[in-house]
Amino acid sequence: MRFISPEAYAKSVVASVQEYSLLCGRAIANIFSKPRYIADTFTQMDSIGVGSLPIVVLTGFFTGCVLALQAATTLQQFGAVNMTGRLVALSMVKELGPVLTGLMVSGRNASGMASELGSMKVSEQIDAMRALGTDPIRKLVTPRLVATVFMLFFLTIISDACGTLGGGLVSVFLLRLNGGTYFHTAYMTLIAGDVIGGLVKPIFSGFIIATIGCYYGLKTTGGTRGVGQSTTQAVVASSVLIILVDFLVTQLMIGIFGR
Amino acid sequence: MADTLASSPVSDALAPGKPIVEFQDVSIGFDGNQVLDRVSFTVLHGETRILLGPAGGGKSVLMKLANGLLEPDSGVIRIFGRDLKDMSKREIFEMRAHIGMVFQESALFDSLNVENNVAYRLEEEHVDPVQIHNRVVEALQFVELEKAIDKFPSELSGGMRRRVSIARAIISRPDLILYDSPTGGLDPITSNTIIELVVKQRDVYHTTCLLITHRLQDAFTLATHRYNLDHHRMEPIPNNGIAAETMFLILNEGKVVFDGTTLQLTHTQDPWLRRYIE
Repeated sequence: MRFISPEAYAKSVVASVQEYSLLCGRAIANIFSKPRYIADTFTQMDSIGVGSLPIVVLTGFFTGCVLALQAATTLQQFGAVNMTGRLVALSMVKELGPVLTGLMVSGRNASGMASELGSMKVSEQIDAMRALGTDPIRKLVTPRLVATVFMLFFLTIISDACGTLGGGLVSVFLLRLNGGTYFHTAYMTLIAGDVIGGLVKPIFSGFIIATIGCYYGLKTTGGTRGVGQSTTQAVVASSVLIILVDFLVTQLMIGIFGR
Repeated sequence: MADTLASSPVSDALAPGKPIVEFQDVSIGFDGNQVLDRVSFTVLHGETRILLGPAGGGKSVLMKLANGLLEPDSGVIRIFGRDLKDMSKREIFEMRAHIGMVFQESALFDSLNVENNVAYRLEEEHVDPVQIHNRVVEALQFVELEKAIDKFPSELSGGMRRRVSIARAIISRPDLILYDSPTGGLDPITSNTIIELVVKQRDVYHTTCLLITHRLQDAFTLATHRYNLDHHRMEPIPNNGIAAETMFLILNEGKVVFDGTTLQLTHTQDPWLRRYIE
């Protein structure tokens, strides 16, 4: 096994950050200039948004169910089992909805983007695209970026709703709680700051998923093995970054809204 | 396409005797390995320049440099009279509309069928769909593959993919075609079909081209044959004639070791070149 010097490693990290930043900058700048690939954007919206719907619905629903079960067990000890709706709604809207949706979509789509673009890179299709006069960032990255940010926002709302509904069904049918009380406390506990905080996160997560997936795809080298490595790296990097950015955004939201 | 060309600065460079591709002291290296070392040559309008040399000599890199897909470490590359360094990314993308490129492994878009692969550039230029279809059929007829219009790349043989790649490169009637080993990995009969297409493109449309090949036989076929439009086939130039517009460039270990005509190459006294061509 060949060891790399710390200096060379540091340089490669800085170079990667620079490449990633340039890719992000160009992908964003392309939104504001022609040509725009609207049809490709809608295709990606269908693939990323509609395609991820089942996984997001199921994850959100069962997370809400588990939350309700766990919360009720603990709250019962304090005689506050009626607060189950409040706990489920707050957890789903502020934290679990955005993060789990981001992670699920990352697992499904960051890997998909990295492998698709990686395969195109190793089979010279990216070079062919450039040779045919098309900017691959404009054609491949920008539509995925727009589609992921846009669709993840709505997927998170759906996940929040499914989670709250799942918690409600568990509360009513398994815990024998009053459904009206559950949904009333769930609704009343949320303030604008909670909802805004929960909906700002998918914008960042969507950006991370698309740019990381495309970045690793476009820098793929080394044939099919390289495609596999890029796919793994894309999922790992985007998942870690989603959780890291979630922490930073949560701090920011607490600073702004006080909770 | 003709309208676009007429209104672009590229049209000024398209006159007989004018240089289409110019390399001046171009060097490039990767990870400490010098791939091209002070390479200089010029390809004039209408010329067919055959690039020969041992594998790993930097021929494909040179081809990518000529299309602006790579940037040199030093030296000047002028395409259609314009220095690539002075051109913005957008201008380079616009310039590529005048260049057709055939990749070593065809590089067809595997999610698109043959028609959409060939039509790709015209669709990007928002040409009328009816006109696109007609041009695609015309390009596929040129490579004798019109029956494969609905097939996907995975359904085609290596030779057929290479022909689709040629059709994709010529559909916009480019002013320069870059062939990166169009016969690489193909059987002799299929290779001959591909070379016939290159000769046809050269003699019918007089397009300037750069062609990499590892098969000397292909290179000399190009130099000694012409396309007969009446009989629709390639034939030897009578009286052992040689195509004057076909020139050779030989690279070895990143350096130009020969730049000249077919006759100069066949009469060379350089021991390495003699060994190589024999």
